[in-house]
Amino acid sequence: MIHIKGVSVKLPSFLLDQIDLRIHLGEFFTLLGPTGSGKTLLLESIIGLLPITNGSIWIDGRNVTAWAPEKRAIGIVYQDQALFPHLSVKKNITYGLRYLKRRGLTTTDLDRLIEQLSIGHLLDRGVENLSGGEKQRVALARALAIRPNVLLLDEPLSALDPEFREDIRELLKALHAETRLTVLMVTHDFAEAHFLAQRAAILRNGRIEQIGSVHELFNHPANFFVARFVGMKNIFNAQIDGTHARVGNLSIQINSNGGSPSNHIAIRPEDIRVFPNQARPENDVNCFDGRIERIINHGHHLDLQIAVDNIDFRATITSGQFMRSNLQIDNRVNIAFHPNSIHPF
Amino acid sequence: MKTQRFPDLFLCVAFCCSAVIVMFIMAPLLQMIMQPSMADLAETAQDRDVVRAIRMSILTSAAAALISFVFGTPLAYLLARKQFIGKRLVESVIDLPIMIPHPIVGIAILSLTGRNNAFGAALWSLGVRAMGTVTGIVIVLTFVGLPFYINTVKSSFEAIPQRLEKVSRSLGASAGGTFFRITFPLAWRGMVVGMIMCMARAISEFGAVVIVAYHPMTAPVMIYERFTAYGLKYAQPVAVWLIAVCLLLFLLLRLFSGSARSRS
Repeated sequence: MIHIKGVSVKLPSFLLDQIDLRIHLGEFFTLLGPTGSGKTLLLESIIGLLPITNGSIWIDGRNVTAWAPEKRAIGIVYQDQALFPHLSVKKNITYGLRYLKRRGLTTTDLDRLIEQLSIGHLLDRGVENLSGGEKQRVALARALAIRPNVLLLDEPLSALDPEFREDIRELLKALHAETRLTVLMVTHDFAEAHFLAQRAAILRNGRIEQIGSVHELFNHPANFFVARFVGMKNIFNAQIDGTHARVGNLSIQINSNGGSPSNHIAIRPEDIRVFPNQARPENDVNCFDGRIERIINHGHHLDLQIAVDNIDFRATITSGQFMRSNLQIDNRVNIAFHPNSIHPF
Repeated sequence: MKTQRFPDLFLCVAFCCSAVIVMFIMAPLLQMIMQPSMADLAETAQDRDVVRAIRMSILTSAAAALISFVFGTPLAYLLARKQFIGKRLVESVIDLPIMIPHPIVGIAILSLTGRNNAFGAALWSLGVRAMGTVTGIVIVLTFVGLPFYINTVKSSFEAIPQRLEKVSRSLGASAGGTFFRITFPLAWRGMVVGMIMCMARAISEFGAVVIVAYHPMTAPVMIYERFTAYGLKYAQPVAVWLIAVCLLLFLLLRLFSGSARSRS
């Protein structure tokens, strides 16, 4: 378990401000945020590599704030793996056992870990010529070999080719399911958080914007920044009155938000359905007529920018849908979205 | 269709400038090397004073490089890894010996190690003398060679990703353990290069040495003495031998550091 109590880190050009975070025992927690938001800084504070200005850090119920990094038994895997280039794969993996022999894995457990990570054939090789995926597996084995109290992952997937990324993602999930280790992973990719984590926090400019379950963050963003970060491309100022939101001249039906004060609504682009040739859905709640202003091709999907009464909506459709409907700029279309897909905040 | 290829004017100018520079360095050296006859060179090689002076130059500059290694490495590490108030000042102080005219270095060291001040008096009471001693020569050569060692090794430390050290700490190694198991093995080649740079600078030192210790004679002082006493013809063979020995020594060190790296 990691408990971060009011931690601040003051650097000449950056402030990590009053971070409060509790990561439960055995939990896979993700820290999300754009580049430069202070995610890595927080990881390095937890591990003790960066002195904190205020607050305290507790690992498994012990206050480790004043402990040296080597006493904390926290494993870390960086995005660039940080393998020791002058040591073989085997020596990399067993590096920590010299210091943490009593708590580290036994030879049998280590062999099992190596087998599980499929790196047995690499043990005598140098690390320079390994593929990205292999390097990441070695880095994971090295961190796990000391049987850490918690494992910190600093964007472990972002530097990998897509083919390896999926592999390592699956591997992380399987390892966590087996070891039930407390894991804190930093990423800027919401899809990774969705796949791996139970809960997440969103960090921006050294401050936590929202903490909650991944589902909660995804569906109930607390503010404009979080909504934008979790991929809601349609965010509008709105006057909300019970089950209706007024955006410009549009009256949009929403589910009641329980009376909590909101002045924005957000809709995911994939939740907006597009009907060519002005066809209408069976249930025409929140169905509006618009004009395609822009088509952005992302390969396997496309984003359509559709103007409805001077309000721009962004809708995502698959390339198959796009080909079938033969949509073009300036076409008139109907868009529709269910009240369940509207997130007031 | 055949395309006409014109020589790039910029590259032509660059090549011409490079050729001039290489000639500028090589011409006087080649001229000097080719001047003495084989008989002169053979005779000089048997001259005990010459052998002693060259040996003195090599040993004292090697000692300076070794001292730089022992005391300069921690400083280079701190400069590469830590931010602290006055860091720029410390860096400027380290570069001072490069800028100060070297006779001034000699005078400064003589005055510090003389009996007229507390530090010098303490040294005298311990039996340490700088004036006219090997100790004095080593002090002077360390002084002029240190910046070359520290700056080279600092760059070498900076080239090692700090994350390697961070991971090592997370795996249970102390700061010292991390230095000796990670940083040192990755930076040692830089240290060898730094020692070569330091030694190269030290072996060529004349201005400061001649003030602190005319005797025991180092090779540059001997070359100067032969030149002023007997003329160019007697100075050249000593210079040729000094260049040859230094070239061989530095070549061996480079080869050693290169082959050791390819093994590691």
